[in-house]
Amino acid sequence: MKLREVAEKLGLEFLVAAAPEAEVEDGYVSDLLSDVLAHAQPKQLWITHQRHLNVVAVAKLRELSGVVFARGIRPGPEVIQKAREEGLNLLVSSADAFETAGRLHRLLFP
Amino acid sequence: MTLKEIARVVEAQFLTGADLADREVRAAFAADLLSDVLAMVREEGVLLITGTVTAQVVRVAEVMNLAGVLFVRGKLPAKATVDYAASAGIPLLATEHLMYETCGLLFSHGLPPAKRKRLPAEHDGSHPSPP
Amino acid sequence: MTVPTPPRHKEIFTVVGLDLERAGTVSTEVQRVLRKLGVEPEVVRRAGIVCFEGEMNMVLYTPGGRIILLVYDDRIELIFSDFGPGIPDVELARQPGYSTAPEWARELGFGSGMGIPNMEANSDRLEIRSRVGEGTVIRAMILRRQSEAAGGRRETGS
Repeated sequence: MKLREVAEKLGLEFLVAAAPEAEVEDGYVSDLLSDVLAHAQPKQLWITHQRHLNVVAVAKLRELSGVVFARGIRPGPEVIQKAREEGLNLLVSSADAFETAGRLHRLLFP
Repeated sequence: MTLKEIARVVEAQFLTGADLADREVRAAFAADLLSDVLAMVREEGVLLITGTVTAQVVRVAEVMNLAGVLFVRGKLPAKATVDYAASAGIPLLATEHLMYETCGLLFSHGLPPAKRKRLPAEHDGSHPSPP
Repeated sequence: MTVPTPPRHKEIFTVVGLDLERAGTVSTEVQRVLRKLGVEPEVVRRAGIVCFEGEMNMVLYTPGGRIILLVYDDRIELIFSDFGPGIPDVELARQPGYSTAPEWARELGFGSGMGIPNMEANSDRLEIRSRVGEGTVIRAMILRRQSEAAGGRRETGS
């Protein structure tokens, strides 16, 4: 499913709409960068509370569809700037990680 | 939903606290950063779903009166941590599933998300949104 | 609120820097003490959160220090006093999401930058005094009857 459609159906807000047509095949939930580096797969949408700047580099490296900050968390301007530079989709969900992941899971695999 | 049912749904084993398997869980919260748990969970009887296996996770569970902790990604705490949880009466479960699948499975089985607590000023102006 | 009465109960806890095995034990002990003294559950909860964050900051960033618990009829106070490097910019430290946690700490679930914000959110007054190179003293106060009645709403003023 295209990220744009996922965002619409789940009520996610784009913070950086670098590539809204990006394909989302699955989700990944983690706040630990080492874990994402080790296990995340391309075309997964990453749901997290982690706002460290390295989030951008890690997401790009793993070729993720984008990063969704849960629970209304908004990362700092440096993160947003870096995401723009790197062409990484950033979104925010007002729901917490459990619910956002649950609804994404249900959306992709009804 | 009881801890026993949760264990069944996500194929989890009890590391300790199997005697509390019939405990009712009101809601779930998934996070690896401990301060986020302290900041965002406001009710008791919540199951914490996490990949962080330090002793502090159990202390947070005590401080916040959580229903239990479910470790994901096949991660296991040290024996000392399990022993401490046993003495503190905090049930610990562990599943091989990743956090995303775990959330997906439990959510689709009707486990509600934990009620929100107002975050301290995080998103009302401290970081401006892009245009 | 300025008549000086001695606390009903006072306890001092030692915190050792980088002792990750024991980090958090003061918080659970503080809650145990408060419960035994019959302190209201909501105050016990808030005190646990304040203490946990203060304790973790001391363990992660300093060689160690002390946590003092003072229990009065109308309030409880937690004083965190350390011999750490001090906080260069206190206002920055109060910002949610700001963290100086090194990578190893972040990989253990720390460093989300909510430490001091969580202390503020769960106390009725929080004072931070710090001197770079010398250390930091944080004093948190949680009102008792206020917490019970208002579910933890913050009070401003003296």
